[in-house]
Amino acid sequence: MTKEEMKEHIAQHLPGAVFDETGEWLNVQVEADAWRSFAQWLRNEVLQMDYLFCLTCIDWPPAAAAKTQTAAGGGALTMVYHFTSTTFRQPLVVKVKLDRNNPEIETVSAIWRTAEFHEREVYDLFGVRFLHHPDLRRLVLTDDFEGHPLRKDFEDPVNMIRL
Amino acid sequence: MYRETQIVNTQNNIPSNAEDAGFAADGGELVINVGPQHPATHGVLHLVITLQGETIQKIEPHLGYIHRSIEKMCESLSYRQFIYVTSRMDYLSAHINNHACALCIEKGLQLEIPPRAQVIRVLMGELTRIASHELWWGAMAMDLGAFTPFFYAFRERETINDIMEETCGARLTMNYMVPGGVMYDLHPNFQKRVKDFIQLFNSKIDEYDDLVTSNIIFQNRTKGVGVLSKEDAVSFGCTGPVGRGSGVQCDIRKLYPYEVYDKVQFDEIIETGGDSFSRYLVRVKELRQSIRIIEQLIDNIPEGDFQAKTKAVLKLPKGEFYSRVETARGEFGVYIVSEGGTTPYRIKFRSPGFSNLSALDHISRGCKIGDLMAIMGTLDLVIPDIDR
Amino acid sequence: MFSLENITNSIQHWLYSTFNPTMALIMECVIVMFLVIGLFATLGLVLVLMERKVAARMQIRLGPNRVGPQGILQTTADTLKLMMKEGLTPNGADKFLFNLAPFIVMIAAMLILAPIAFAKGFQIWDINIGVLYVTAVSSVSVIGILMAGWASNNKYSLLGAMRSGAQIVSYELSAGFSIISIVVLSGSLQVSEIIASQQTGWWLFRGHIPAIIAFVIFIIAVTAETNRAPFDLAEAESELTAGFHTEYSGMKFALFFLAEYINIFIVCAIGATLFLGGWMPLHIGNWEGFNRIMDYIPSSVWFLGKTFFLIFLIMWFRWTFPRLRVDQLLSLEWKYLLPISMFNLLLITLIAIMGWHF
Repeated sequence: MTKEEMKEHIAQHLPGAVFDETGEWLNVQVEADAWRSFAQWLRNEVLQMDYLFCLTCIDWPPAAAAKTQTAAGGGALTMVYHFTSTTFRQPLVVKVKLDRNNPEIETVSAIWRTAEFHEREVYDLFGVRFLHHPDLRRLVLTDDFEGHPLRKDFEDPVNMIRL
Repeated sequence: MYRETQIVNTQNNIPSNAEDAGFAADGGELVINVGPQHPATHGVLHLVITLQGETIQKIEPHLGYIHRSIEKMCESLSYRQFIYVTSRMDYLSAHINNHACALCIEKGLQLEIPPRAQVIRVLMGELTRIASHELWWGAMAMDLGAFTPFFYAFRERETINDIMEETCGARLTMNYMVPGGVMYDLHPNFQKRVKDFIQLFNSKIDEYDDLVTSNIIFQNRTKGVGVLSKEDAVSFGCTGPVGRGSGVQCDIRKLYPYEVYDKVQFDEIIETGGDSFSRYLVRVKELRQSIRIIEQLIDNIPEGDFQAKTKAVLKLPKGEFYSRVETARGEFGVYIVSEGGTTPYRIKFRSPGFSNLSALDHISRGCKIGDLMAIMGTLDLVIPDIDR
Repeated sequence: MFSLENITNSIQHWLYSTFNPTMALIMECVIVMFLVIGLFATLGLVLVLMERKVAARMQIRLGPNRVGPQGILQTTADTLKLMMKEGLTPNGADKFLFNLAPFIVMIAAMLILAPIAFAKGFQIWDINIGVLYVTAVSSVSVIGILMAGWASNNKYSLLGAMRSGAQIVSYELSAGFSIISIVVLSGSLQVSEIIASQQTGWWLFRGHIPAIIAFVIFIIAVTAETNRAPFDLAEAESELTAGFHTEYSGMKFALFFLAEYINIFIVCAIGATLFLGGWMPLHIGNWEGFNRIMDYIPSSVWFLGKTFFLIFLIMWFRWTFPRLRVDQLLSLEWKYLLPISMFNLLLITLIAIMGWHF
């Protein structure tokens, strides 16, 4: 399956999707509301995206967001999902933009089981709340830790050394 | 001379009220903590295991004991610097981790790598893979109670480390990779020593099969233990020997060849059993495949530069770059988000161990404690790789 | 010719001629006590060193070679270190049982030493139910292990002790059956008579294949009974850190450690006594000259040689095999070894009744 075919399929299913083909792989931006059903479709329908090989988040605080067009002003957290299909072998990147002050997104841990740990890590380090996650607790930090270290505005004067 | 003192036992404490300690009144369940210091976890992994007798009901991994937040650290390191931090993640395949970072930077800079550097990178990568699998083989046998294989594996592994030391200056975290090539040219002795190593290794590898693979106790301990189906392996994102042991085609060297992997002949080892023994077989057979790759390349190292010409300060163009390589443990991915500066804006390492660990609970339910060692052994977890 | 029997006889003679009988008996007991303790200390040191050297040779390394010539003082130094160490008792442990357990294990090991014939006429107590006594007393050590595991207030210890209990109780059956087969062949429970019955040849060779089967089962069963690899589930360090003795330190740990090696020595000594003729020299049919030469080797050397050969065998197992899983361990015993040894006993009984043995 080529990039174009994949794009067509997605555009058909989700007319609101925004594409970005500048990178190596096809980028799709979807709304947080549409994410859960879109994920289900990705996994089970034509594209057969059964392998979620990377799940992460990017923090765009207001200052950084203003400088770039990648994220809208006001700050955002972008969830980035890297998929591939074991049948078609064509990677796809899905991005979901979240409100930085109240980041909430549906979990996909029921669809790709590896997401359970990855989402816990993102919850821990970025503070994104995954709705309906079976076991949403901090993964690497202690339960009483305050703040989310991978956010750009996180400061820890004791343990962090500025280079 | 002989003094009595009282110590307070903080872990594994059984208070007089048995229900508090995890002896649930109804099912007779017992909760034990394996780790963070435990001989079987090979690092500071903490598993909270719920037991029914000796049968495992549930495993809950607790991470973070060696989390250094490398991703955050890399955000303030330049593109030349951050490569070497990744050696400290999966320290057993440090060179291959560095390789992924270098590839990602080169993708951003659109650099052409000289052919000599490509071959050197692959040669070093395969030597690293052998060294890593050797250590795993010894440690795996040791987990199952056989000590002697560990020393046999180290005998060969030392040879590789010596070769590494001669060329790279270091034995474990070689820091041999730079964007655009490798740091130094090969040592003049390199070819001869690698050939000697191949000869030594070929004469010893059958010993491995005699000592461990064909041992009836070993086979009984690993066959049918920790079965991971193909669907689950894909769903859990298990890659490397774990995925291939379940019949998933996931060798990045074959699927998305980088450097010279598309020019060499080697087989992707796939076993369909999905149990610990299949994972074991995949790794042992991969040793021979790595030797095959080295044999093809060692006499054909092209002449020329070992490094492409690059600027002193690297700046990646704005954009997102992702590179994938096959480490000894599976697929390692580097995801760089660049804003055009001298440091990455955000960097994410997709480590194989993290995904493989997430399958641990699923495949070890219903097993005995002894099986857990066989499963952990064949998942080949390196904890700093999980706690990045 | 060097003979321990003459020495003991002359000492006894001297004691009884100098003191009254009660006093002499008490003094004999004291001498025996010192000898046993001395033997324990030496055996512990020698066996630990031997294990380390054997392991090192199998693992292509040198082993201890710094303390003393060829490292022979290494274990002495280790023992000294263990004696100097602090003996910890975990908070919440049952202190009485926790401190008692190592001694129970040790005393059980000491008691089994009584009926063992170290050389011709060199035996502490030639009790007429010697073999029965050995099997009975050897099961006491499991109480010590269970006690240690339970009293430690540690879940690893508890699991290790439970495993150990299941294991020792199971494998005692097979070991018992193997011992009974020799009792059937020799027609006596007394150790000295069992040895005497092997005057013309060792039971291992005279009892045809069933005796060899009994021997193999015996070796497997005693390896399991002494908690040695590949049956070291009770202290499987990769699973249970150190099993039942996780919480022990210093000299109490050393006692467990020592008891393990003493137990190995004892079971190998029993194996040598029952199957390999104890202190009896090797005789081959009518080779008079050869038999005469063999007779010149002191009986104590024969006994120790055979015992240490078996010890080496058990060490060889440890450094070669991976560990079994707990259910495999039990199914090996109950599904394979026990039925085989029961049937084997039947065969041996037949051989003994019909007089088919050599």
